[in-house]
Amino acid sequence: MTDFAPDELLTIAAARVLTDGTTTFVGIGPPGAAANLAQHTHAPNLVLVYESGAIGAKPPHLPLSIGDGILGETADAVVTVPEMFNYWVQPGRIDVGFLGAAQIDRFGNINTTVVGDYAQPKVRLPGAGGAPEIAANCGEVIVILRQSKRAFVEQVDFVTSVGHGDGSPGYREKLGLRGRGPVKIITDLGMLEVDPETREFVMTGLHEGVTREQAIEATGWDLRFADEVATLPLPTAQELETLRALKV
Amino acid sequence: MSRAQITTLTDAVAELVHDGDTIALEGFTHLIPVAAGQEIIRQGRRDLTLVRMTPDIVYDQLIGAGCARKLIFSWGGNPGVGSLHRLRDAVEKGWPHPLEIEEHSHAGMANRYAASAAGLPFAVMRGYTGTDLPKHTKTIAQVTCPFTGEVLTAVPNLGLDVAIVHAQRADRQGNVQMWGLTGVQKEAVLGAKRSLVTVEEIVDELEPMPNQVVLPTWVVTAIAEVPGGARPSYAQGYYDRDNAAYRAWDPIARDRDSFTEWLEREVLA
Repeated sequence: MTDFAPDELLTIAAARVLTDGTTTFVGIGPPGAAANLAQHTHAPNLVLVYESGAIGAKPPHLPLSIGDGILGETADAVVTVPEMFNYWVQPGRIDVGFLGAAQIDRFGNINTTVVGDYAQPKVRLPGAGGAPEIAANCGEVIVILRQSKRAFVEQVDFVTSVGHGDGSPGYREKLGLRGRGPVKIITDLGMLEVDPETREFVMTGLHEGVTREQAIEATGWDLRFADEVATLPLPTAQELETLRALKV
Repeated sequence: MSRAQITTLTDAVAELVHDGDTIALEGFTHLIPVAAGQEIIRQGRRDLTLVRMTPDIVYDQLIGAGCARKLIFSWGGNPGVGSLHRLRDAVEKGWPHPLEIEEHSHAGMANRYAASAAGLPFAVMRGYTGTDLPKHTKTIAQVTCPFTGEVLTAVPNLGLDVAIVHAQRADRQGNVQMWGLTGVQKEAVLGAKRSLVTVEEIVDELEPMPNQVVLPTWVVTAIAEVPGGARPSYAQGYYDRDNAAYRAWDPIARDRDSFTEWLEREVLA
């Protein structure tokens, strides 16, 4: 077995769930590395879309930000930011929204705005960015986030991006949100998927060597497990090598 | 037709930016007008309403230096690095003085710029529905489509006094050319009463470039040649993003004393 860091495990696990040939809106932060890795491994035809205006970017190495020059230089098309949100995101042209979060609840509602009270925040986070409309309009949403009680909370302090609301049937449809919303959360412990009946996220996979107790301990709500919990294979030497080469 | 005045950065800021103005410095990761922001700090402007989709380190500097009364934005962070500590200190602790915030999503801000450029009172979009943003941001409202009856979201014109952007080139007549990722710069310039464009160089003739945006001289108020004026962000065709400088900003901004010392040494001296 090859040694790897927890962040490498998370990035590789997230890269694996992206399907070749889909259009993916790459959110700021951890989604970037995973999307780039997917393009360099099993999904060479993944169309990467960045809010800075790059459509079909093919960065040869990991950019630090979502607006690095390499994204525009390798893109099929470069558009302005109003065009990106109005013509590309808003009509639902993008298959997958790939997002990070600071807090997430059992129904996949995301907070990236504040921890604590809005007027007197304990922690002021960066804010919404593109996420509310990405979460509303992309075909589906995949979230990548380290699992901890601080992040996986009973109730988010602020709904920045809507998941499945209070979990009631048709919550998104009633609001007029066209995408299916969050379907998967990839963590350093495993994978959660949304239960189509209850719209609650349940643990459907654990990384090899991770126990149910560890997942329960790292979750702020009463975590449920799928009837069959898969063991997710560890990163391969080839995945690790590719990821590390991208970081140069 | 009035032509853009080709002048110096010092004179342009002195003439165009006034205390209390609503002002946007735009550039989406690329072509951020950092030198112009630091000139505003040097000239000691106060009570500004700062508008920007992605307040990054130059807004952290303006806020930490006490220039801002209010911030209108959609994502305030150091991209790929973490928090803006001066912004956080102002919001969480009121240092150097309290900062009012008005926050949107990127889609909302982009539409506010588009309404400003179009000379419309508001723009229509699908957005914010079900989020907590409308509870705290008064500039998000509902509007009913007169044709279909669908309820949509409206966001208002930004009411910009001044827009400042950085571009690769201008010619001697004051026509401005930029290329690469061009964000909301065209909308910002067209949407403001006055505009300042800093450029890498002033040339005899603008050679066409892929994905270029050209702003004719008669929509620009002033141009100043400021080579390197977007550093540590980048200017495609001129220099790359200085990622190390973005990382180095984190420890400087984390602490009031180290920030103040940096400000004295790098900007005010």
